[in-house]
Amino acid sequence: MFYREAGHFKDNYRADMATFPIREDRIGIITLLLIALVAIPLVHLAGIPPFAGDYFFNAILIPFLILAMAAIGLNLLAGYCGQISLGAGAFMGVGAYAAYNIAIRIPEMPLVLTFLLAGAVSALAGLAFGFPSLRIKGLYLAVATLAAQFFLDWAFLRMAWITNYSPSGSVSAPPLVFAGWHADTPVERYLVVLVFTIVVAWGASNLVRGNLGRQWMAIRDMDIAAEIIGIRPIQSKLTAFAISSFVLGLAGALWAFANLRSWEPYAFSIDRSFQLLFIVIIGGLGSIIGCFLGAAFILLLPLIVDAVPRWLSIPVPAGAGSNITLVVFGALILLTLIFEPHGLARIWGIAKHKLRRWPFPY
Amino acid sequence: MTVMSAPMTFAVPSLCSPHAVSSGTPTDHAGAAACCLLEIDRVSLRFGGIKALNDVSFDIRSGEIRAIIGPNGAGKTSMLNCINGFYRPSSGHIVFEGVRRTHTRPSIAARGGIARTFQNVALFKGMTVLDNIMTGRALKIRSGILKQLIRFGPALSEEIEHRRKVEEIIEFLEIQAIRKTPVGKLPYGLQKRVELGRALAMEPRLLLLDEPMAGMNLEEKEDMSRFIVEVNRTYRTTITLIEHDIGVVMNLSDRIVVLDHGCKIADGTPAEIKSNQQVIEAYLGVGG
Repeated sequence: MFYREAGHFKDNYRADMATFPIREDRIGIITLLLIALVAIPLVHLAGIPPFAGDYFFNAILIPFLILAMAAIGLNLLAGYCGQISLGAGAFMGVGAYAAYNIAIRIPEMPLVLTFLLAGAVSALAGLAFGFPSLRIKGLYLAVATLAAQFFLDWAFLRMAWITNYSPSGSVSAPPLVFAGWHADTPVERYLVVLVFTIVVAWGASNLVRGNLGRQWMAIRDMDIAAEIIGIRPIQSKLTAFAISSFVLGLAGALWAFANLRSWEPYAFSIDRSFQLLFIVIIGGLGSIIGCFLGAAFILLLPLIVDAVPRWLSIPVPAGAGSNITLVVFGALILLTLIFEPHGLARIWGIAKHKLRRWPFPY
Repeated sequence: MTVMSAPMTFAVPSLCSPHAVSSGTPTDHAGAAACCLLEIDRVSLRFGGIKALNDVSFDIRSGEIRAIIGPNGAGKTSMLNCINGFYRPSSGHIVFEGVRRTHTRPSIAARGGIARTFQNVALFKGMTVLDNIMTGRALKIRSGILKQLIRFGPALSEEIEHRRKVEEIIEFLEIQAIRKTPVGKLPYGLQKRVELGRALAMEPRLLLLDEPMAGMNLEEKEDMSRFIVEVNRTYRTTITLIEHDIGVVMNLSDRIVVLDHGCKIADGTPAEIKSNQQVIEAYLGVGG
C-alpha cells in the first residue's frame, strides 16, 4: 500500500541477498532502530508519558527485549532445526548462574566477556542435553528435554556452590558496569539489553540465511533427504542445540543481571520454558521477527486485558480480576492459533501481501 | 517417444536361476574395470527371511545412462538404497571408483559424489526453490560458523559464488520464475525438477534417479528426458535411473539391467533387452 516490491530491480546477487532487499524496508528498520536507541531515551529524559517513569522500562521494554532474545534462541532450535525443546528456561538459568559465578569469583573480568562465557557454559549444557536428539525425534525429544529442565532445576536448588552457598537460595547480581560505565537506571539497562538484542537478532538472521541455517531447515523438513546431500544430522543438530543454548544463556544472564537483579531458582522454572515455547509458537516457528511479535503478544496482552475493564469503567470484583485475565488470555492464544497456526509472523506476512495488492485483491 | 503401458505377467518362478541370462554384457571384468565407475559385486540384501536382492552383480560405466527396470517389488529401489548407503548389503560388496566400500552412510556416499532423487519427492517443503538447491551445495561451502554469523566479506563472497552456480542450474532447468517460491506450493512436475536441481547442485559423479517421471504427463516426461540427456552430455554425469515407462527407458539408456524378485534376469543394450525372452515374460509382456 505504501510501497511495493515492483520496480526494485537487482542487477547483482549481493543486492538480492541483502538482509532487507527492499529500500523502504531498510529505511523502516533504520527508523525503528533510531527510535529505540535514541528517541525513546530522549523522550524519557524529556519526561513525556508513558516513557517518563521507570515503570515502562522495568515492566515492559526490558523484559520484552530479553524474552524476544531468548525466543530467538529457542526458535533457532525449535523453529529452524525442528527440535522441540522444553528446557529453554533451564538453559537461561544456566546462563544466569554461570554469569553470577564468574562475576563473583573473577570480579575483574569485563562484564561483556562474563556474559559471553555464560553463554558458552550454557552452550555446553545444551550440547550435553542435545545428545538424545540423535536418537529420538518430535514429542519424545520434547520429553527428553523436560529431563534437562528438571535436572537443572534441581541443580540450581540443591547444588549449593551454584548459588554461592546462599542460605535462602536467592542471589543478587553484581551491578552492571561496562568499562567503568554504570548502567544503573532503567533506561541505561534498557540500552544495554537493546544492544545485545540487536546484535543477537542480526547474527541469528545471518546464520539462518547461511549454510548452517539451510542445513537446519533441511533437517527439520526432511532429514533423510538432508542426509543424502551430505549433511551430517549429528553435527547439524548439535550445533543447533549449542547455538540455541548460547543465545538462551546470554538472555538468561541479562534476565538476571539487567531485569531481575536478584532472583531465586524459580525464575528459571518450567513456567519460563513454556512461556518461551508459547512465544515461539504464537510468534511463528522459523521466523526472527515472529520472536519479537510473540514476546510482545505474551507480555502485553495480559496487561491490556487487565486494563480494558478499567478503561471501560466496568467494575471487576477484587480477586476475580487476575483470573479473568488468565481466562481471556488463554482464549486469545487459542483463537490466534486456530486462525493462524503459523503464528503472528505469518499474519504479518499476509497483511503485507494484502496491503501490497490493495485495492485489487487478485 | 511412445508411452507404453507394461502389462505385468508374473510367469516367473520366485526362485532365481543361479546364473541369470546375461545377454551381451562383456563378461571380462578386467577390461571393464578401467572405465567402470561403480561395480556391484554379488550383492544380496535380506530383511529377516525376505530376500530383497539376491546375488546381483552389474557395473555402471562412467558417462553412461544406466537403467534399472523390473516389476514392482523387484528390488530396484533397494538396489539404489544400497548404492547410496541407506542399506548395507547382507553380503557382497560395492566398489565405487575403485574403492571397495565396507561400511557407509548416505552422507559419506554424498561426499564421494553420489547424488539421488526419490520416488516420492523429498524436498524441503518450507524452503524456497533457491534455498533447496542452495542446500545441495552444503558440502561445498567452507565458511565456518563465525564467518556465517557475520556474513560479511569472505563468507558473503562465498555465498554469492555458490548462488551463481545455483542460478546456472536454475537456468538450465528453466525454473527461473519460481526461484523464490516455497516448494510446497509448486505442482508435482516442478517439484521433481527442483529435486533434480538439488541433486545437480552437488556436482555428482553418479546421479541416481528413482522414477524421475512417475506421475508425469507426456509433456513433463519429455522435458524431464531432455534434462536427463542434457545433464549426461553437458556435465558428463553418470546416471542410473529407475523408470517404469519402457518407451522412455529404451530411448534414454545406454544399457539396462532387469531385476525380478531380487534377481538379475538380464543386462544389456535396449535392443537386446527388448528381444530377451525372459524379460518379456517377467516384465514387458507379449506385444511389447
